[in-house]
Amino acid sequence: MQIQAKFFNNIVKPVSFVILLFPLLFLISGLFFDLLGANPIETIIRDLGEWALRIILLTLSLSPLSRALKWPQLIQLRRMLGLFVFFYASLHLFCYLGFEQSFNIRSVIEDIWERPFITAGFAGFLTLLPLAITSTRSKMRQMGASWKALHRLVYLAVILCVVHFWWLVKADASTPMVYTAFTVILLLERVWWSKLKNKLKQ
Amino acid sequence: MIFLNKPEITDNEVTDYSVYKKRRQFMKTAAGLGIVATTGAVIKPLFSQSNSSSFSTDEEKTDYKDITRYCNYYEFGTAKTDPAKHAHTLVTSPWTLDIEGECDKPGTYDLEDLLKPVSIEERIYRFRCVEGWSMVIPWMGFPLAELIKRMQPNANARYVKFQTLYDPDMMPGQRDNVLEWPYVEGLRMDEAMHPLTMIATGIYGKDLLNQNGAPLRLVVPWKYGFKSIKSIASISFTETQPYNSWQQSSPTEYGFYSNVNPDVPHPRWSQSKERRIGEFLKRKTQPFNGYASEVASLYKGMDLKRYF
Repeated sequence: MQIQAKFFNNIVKPVSFVILLFPLLFLISGLFFDLLGANPIETIIRDLGEWALRIILLTLSLSPLSRALKWPQLIQLRRMLGLFVFFYASLHLFCYLGFEQSFNIRSVIEDIWERPFITAGFAGFLTLLPLAITSTRSKMRQMGASWKALHRLVYLAVILCVVHFWWLVKADASTPMVYTAFTVILLLERVWWSKLKNKLKQ
Repeated sequence: MIFLNKPEITDNEVTDYSVYKKRRQFMKTAAGLGIVATTGAVIKPLFSQSNSSSFSTDEEKTDYKDITRYCNYYEFGTAKTDPAKHAHTLVTSPWTLDIEGECDKPGTYDLEDLLKPVSIEERIYRFRCVEGWSMVIPWMGFPLAELIKRMQPNANARYVKFQTLYDPDMMPGQRDNVLEWPYVEGLRMDEAMHPLTMIATGIYGKDLLNQNGAPLRLVVPWKYGFKSIKSIASISFTETQPYNSWQQSSPTEYGFYSNVNPDVPHPRWSQSKERRIGEFLKRKTQPFNGYASEVASLYKGMDLKRYF
């Protein structure tokens, strides 16, 4: 599959951009129209985190999807999606810092130190940070092969996100289970693909 | 027994003398303030709930809407909004309560017969969930002690065990094994007899809605919310400590006592703060949820870190 570059750049990309803003727009309007339930802060923090995780999985689906559909253009969406992951993860972290901790740095450090699920979430964010910083075209060129190696950190990030989710659940693990299944499938597919590629090279 | 014969129960028959005295003290103070109230209207709203118990807090009450739409009741689903959507399948009338175990009056009691001799009072209690949120709820109900005395527990009755129904048709959430069903909770006898401990039948002057635990719900305001078992179908007096559902689900995280304690964190999250529903920022959690002066003596000499 292949569509005109002009159409892809002028329509598909901006439309995707707007769609990826919807979750945020929903949360903001929900706050004003009382659609977020009795505990809106909890809803906002949870939803922002869950959207970061959903989009990271979507980002990781792009390369197998582009191979399956024989649609290499899809890869061009990866940078934008990756930056949206960082965007939602940052908002998620910011709301936690503000609403959960009132920006009390000491209590935040204590939380990161003592609560494994916070540790995992914070580590996940730190893993995403260098990826966002080096996402520009010029950095990509500058770093060459090491850029690709660095960006493999995304696999670590998704694992940390899923662990972060698991460790916060009280009893019903069905939702993190779904995300775990997606993660495992995507990671196994990559292992399978890299083995196949090596075989073809030989 | 006197409680079965006499429909009217006087305060001092069901209440410790010390508590009774404290109540008298409160009434004196209230009367004193009442004089002030005639000169300054500001204080008046405090006494607008004339039937409100002396145990009631005067903190701002949580909206009825929030109390009835944000619930943990896994028998109807694990999301907070599930019980309000799905609990209509629970049939609460007719309802019977089984009384079992170490007591002289075991049997199956009709809800109506059970409630006939009690007088319903309003008590505005703080409610703190183990998850870190809290509410202020104007419960309607009566002291659990009244009911227990009627059932005449014997000398072997050291604990009280509570159970809700097991009926996956009426409680569809029981088809999933998120917890062992039916839900079980328990109290030590002195906790059950404490005047703060009550059986709720309503909220805000209305009958309890199913999602809040209709028709009979335990309320133990100094303990985490999951101790306050909903839709009680049986009460049994036991010699051994009941194994409550959440403890069974994760014994390292949830104990039998589960007293609200900001100094004993849940293994995975802190308990030092809580979000009052309706507020944005978190507030500090108080030991025993602010009821320390009433109940701390029950746990004298106990290591609260061990018996969490």
